[in-house]
Amino acid sequence: MEKFEKLTGIAAPMPLINVDTDMIIPKQFLKTIKRSGLGKNLFDEMRFDDDGNEIPDFVLNKPQYRNSEILIAGDNFGCGSSREHAPWAIKDFGIRCVIAPGFADIFFNNCFKNGILPIVLPQDVVDVLMKDAEKGENARMTIDLEAQTVTTSDGETFGFEVDSFKKHCLLEGLDDIGLTMEKAASIDAFEAAASAQRPWV
Amino acid sequence: MSPKTLYDKIWDAHVAHEAQDGTCLLYIDRHLVHEVTSPQAFEGLRMTGRTVRAPEKTIAVPDHNVPTTPGRDDPANMTEESRIQVAALDTNAREFGIHYYPVSDVRQGIVHIVGPEQGWTLPGMTVVCGDSHTATHGAFGALAHGIGTSEVEHVLATQTLIQKKSKNMKVEITGKLSPGVTAKDITLSVIGVTGTAGGTGYVIEYCGEAIRGLSMEGRMTVCNMAIEGGARAGLIAPDEKTFEYVMGRPHAPKGAQWEAALAWWKTLYSDDDAHWDKVITIKGEDIAPVVTWGTSPEDVLPITANVPAAEDFTGGKVDAARRSLDYMGLKAGAPLSEIAIDTVFIGSCTNGRIEDLRAAAAILKGKKIKDGIRAMVVPGSGLVRAQAEEEGLADIFKEAGFEWRLAGCSMCLAMNPDQLAPGERCAATSNRNFEGRQGRGGRTHLMSPAMAAAAALTGHLTDVRELM
Ligand code: SF4
Repeated sequence: MEKFEKLTGIAAPMPLINVDTDMIIPKQFLKTIKRSGLGKNLFDEMRFDDDGNEIPDFVLNKPQYRNSEILIAGDNFGCGSSREHAPWAIKDFGIRCVIAPGFADIFFNNCFKNGILPIVLPQDVVDVLMKDAEKGENARMTIDLEAQTVTTSDGETFGFEVDSFKKHCLLEGLDDIGLTMEKAASIDAFEAAASAQRPWV
Repeated sequence: MSPKTLYDKIWDAHVAHEAQDGTCLLYIDRHLVHEVTSPQAFEGLRMTGRTVRAPEKTIAVPDHNVPTTPGRDDPANMTEESRIQVAALDTNAREFGIHYYPVSDVRQGIVHIVGPEQGWTLPGMTVVCGDSHTATHGAFGALAHGIGTSEVEHVLATQTLIQKKSKNMKVEITGKLSPGVTAKDITLSVIGVTGTAGGTGYVIEYCGEAIRGLSMEGRMTVCNMAIEGGARAGLIAPDEKTFEYVMGRPHAPKGAQWEAALAWWKTLYSDDDAHWDKVITIKGEDIAPVVTWGTSPEDVLPITANVPAAEDFTGGKVDAARRSLDYMGLKAGAPLSEIAIDTVFIGSCTNGRIEDLRAAAAILKGKKIKDGIRAMVVPGSGLVRAQAEEEGLADIFKEAGFEWRLAGCSMCLAMNPDQLAPGERCAATSNRNFEGRQGRGGRTHLMSPAMAAAAALTGHLTDVRELM
């Protein structure tokens, strides 16, 4: 997995609550058997009209946000399906960090598996970041995972919480499966005990 | 021993390893796999030279994008991409030696209907699937939740999941339900109260007299939508109804093992003085037949209400409601029961079981759907379909003017050819009314099977109680 340490980039404002995974990547793009190439369809139905032309008003179509690496969003971002195509599309587009007052559980977990940092901050802080993001391409925000801080283009800094294990994996770019396999002895022991207790499983 | 919730008990029985920071490896008893979220996971195994640790605990079935029209076992009748995904599942299942129900098998169906039907889902288990509606299996008192594709790969390789424990929420539905009110109305009403983020960070246990009164089918409907309330999982403690449903299923324990299993299952309930982080109580009598008006499952109102105005809400919901009303093409103040529909969809893992078809058929019996309405029933599995045919339900649907389809997800997410055209409005028994969910520009109103049947007869959203 790609490491995430520090990121300075343009933040796109998306002040919408309950952005669901069908919005992030509509189902017609789930028929792939690969993880890559989904960025061009990120937010497809909001980004393109029925004829496939860009909708100029949509934030990621605006010239100043085309290279956004950070997304500032409303509460309950990523609700809906478990499709990991959502974070794949976000990452493939070039976004490495999403900041919102809250995330749906499965989406939140999926981000960490793909080198994307989802940050939960209180609504009033997100409001400040949203305003900063609205300044466009001159407003570069900095995310420092090690220090657990977000710094606005004005130099205002906010701390954020992150699970220590998830932080460690992201900073080091660690593969979860490899880490778990190091604990194979525990799994073997558990499995043996469980199948004695619950042989019907 | 300190008192525990049902969730605590199942959790404790499955922790294979706990790190100092509380990160656990949770052992997974059943892993269900479908064609859309698994190809990349199997590919990952191949690329790293890993294998499936417990193929005997892994079950695969294609459901999301399979056609539901006759002749579908001929790959020529599938779109190119669907064919590739189904073929990939086929190959992966055979290569890694996991249980598999191909489309040609009468037992094929929506993964969350097949699992319980075949006895793969049992009380006290941990069940995962690369699909958010895995919550359905919680109806058996199993800890069941959706996972992403990376986690699918993780479970395939290690039979565990890296997890931290969620908090406990109790949702109690007291008393009895009024006539015409069903499990779907319960689950939608709960989301109406909690909102779609209200359950985030929690595992919900549904309890109370109204929940006890539900059949297993109804309980599955309730748990199915726990995820729509943001919860990691929904649970209902197993009881005699559960045991009766499970007994004799192909993969349920038999003989002495059945007795041993039963003895453990009977300990699976929340202790009286267990700690709850959050409690919600709703009176069964207060629940009416409901429909959704917007593009979030929390946009729920009794069918007797009017379309709300964006200004009725506060905070970020004002803009969201405005956007929803615009997308749905609705005017504030109009009675919900006057909203005309074009399409009716009865099916999905929420309401594609035999009891759902019975409820809809009871409304439709001897009647014809309104002219110009496109209506379809998509049974949740081949076995549900066969049973409905045996009971004469299929004939009722067909005579009323419904299409009688083969099993699959179908128009619940419109990955196969069953889709809404832009602007088309659908009365649906599925679980999501998101923008574009049933087809780009399509408009979805969620409701119970009986309510969807009523709408098919009148051509507009209808209070089913008027037809009973
Ligand atoms: S029926 Fe709908 S919600 Fe259920 S598994 Fe299929 S697509 Fe998902």
